[in-house]
Amino acid sequence: MIICITSEGNNLDSKVDQRFGRAQYFIFYNDETSQFEAVQNENVSGTGGVGVQSGQLVAGKQAKIVLTGSVGPNASQTLESSGIDVVLNVEGSVKEAIERFQNGELKTTEGPNAEEKSGLK
Amino acid sequence: MIISIASGKGGTGKTTIAVNLALTLSRDFAKPPQGGVAKSTATFNNFEQKNGGSSRITSSREKSGLNNVQLIDCDVEEPNAALFLNPVITDKKSSYIPVPVIDRDKCTYCGKCGEVCEYNAIAVIPQKEDSNGNVLVFPNLCHGCGACQYLCPENAITEINREIGVIEIGSADNVQFVHGKLNVGEAMAPPVIRQVKRYINPTHTVIIDAPPGTSCPVITAVSGTDFCVLVTEPTPFGLNDLQLAVEAMRKLNIPFGVVINRCDLGDDKTENYCKEEGISILMKIPFSEEIAKSYSKGESIIDLFPEYRDRFNKLFIKIKEEKEN
Repeated sequence: MIICITSEGNNLDSKVDQRFGRAQYFIFYNDETSQFEAVQNENVSGTGGVGVQSGQLVAGKQAKIVLTGSVGPNASQTLESSGIDVVLNVEGSVKEAIERFQNGELKTTEGPNAEEKSGLK
Repeated sequence: MIISIASGKGGTGKTTIAVNLALTLSRDFAKPPQGGVAKSTATFNNFEQKNGGSSRITSSREKSGLNNVQLIDCDVEEPNAALFLNPVITDKKSSYIPVPVIDRDKCTYCGKCGEVCEYNAIAVIPQKEDSNGNVLVFPNLCHGCGACQYLCPENAITEINREIGVIEIGSADNVQFVHGKLNVGEAMAPPVIRQVKRYINPTHTVIIDAPPGTSCPVITAVSGTDFCVLVTEPTPFGLNDLQLAVEAMRKLNIPFGVVINRCDLGDDKTENYCKEEGISILMKIPFSEEIAKSYSKGESIIDLFPEYRDRFNKLFIKIKEEKEN
């Protein structure tokens, strides 16, 4: 299964980026091979609809779950329609987030927890 | 002649200039030809939408050769001119943008619509082994450009109208009045502004009250106007935003001049800038507590201070001279 973690940097020691749509990087972690791929997010400086774009990017990488801080309404809808579960309010490093998820400590939620455009603040 | 009033910085006095200029012109340039008394109830309720949008106002006064004045408030996010003009609204129209609707039976989830959408208003979720495809439309992100519908290879997209604002048409004094109001929560002013501007009657003297700033709504409001009055104040913020507005006007090739409001406050950098750049200062209005008070009550300057009627007449003459040069 592919786990997507929003990240401030391109490796597992980076902090979890608290914004989904405007996350600096998406880290796609394959829990069967323990390999990961870091994708720089070109939507960081987009003017609008970045949640939609980032949601499609994550869906295109076949991720099944997203670990992040906050998602807005458009991103939430895109992820949900793509059958991707979301865990919100994840803090600490990417590595810690993966471990906590694998230990069953993280729960998925439905719906957004941020307003539109809040990633710009 | 179409004169737009813009500013760069907000709160410098665009609406004040627009309203007082319109009222002055309607009183001094719109008198009936043979000493008759102009009726204060205008009769231009019969707007005719012609050929995809260009509309025209006819009135008995126009037929009598009267030089009518239009005030078009294009600051659709906060249209304030009506507060000073108190127009009688005689007609109301909804403002729409077309947004896509996807026919799920025809859609193959090819992704073309999402690809061409400049505003990320469409997400296409491709079909997978274990799930059906999906197309999500985000109407609040859509600018109504129509590219998705035009380019869909399956003809699976039609458009429906989504209301984003309202246009109100009316009159006050001898001024024909039109303004647009963007619905609360909507982000896209330009489509409403474009619709408001369809009511411009080029045979009239038209005053356009533009929004502040130098972004899309301002460009939409001032485009196609014959002259732009940039209203500023002699403060660092006023000057900074004036410089941006000047750049925009030069790019758009619109002749322009500057009105300095509250000219005796702040510093002389704005005036020096205008001199260095060869920009005409059309008018200077000193700070006055009396003007501020009258503004707060929604009163026009020329009604309270008759000497300003002469000053606004001179402003109009200067605008005409500047436009000729």
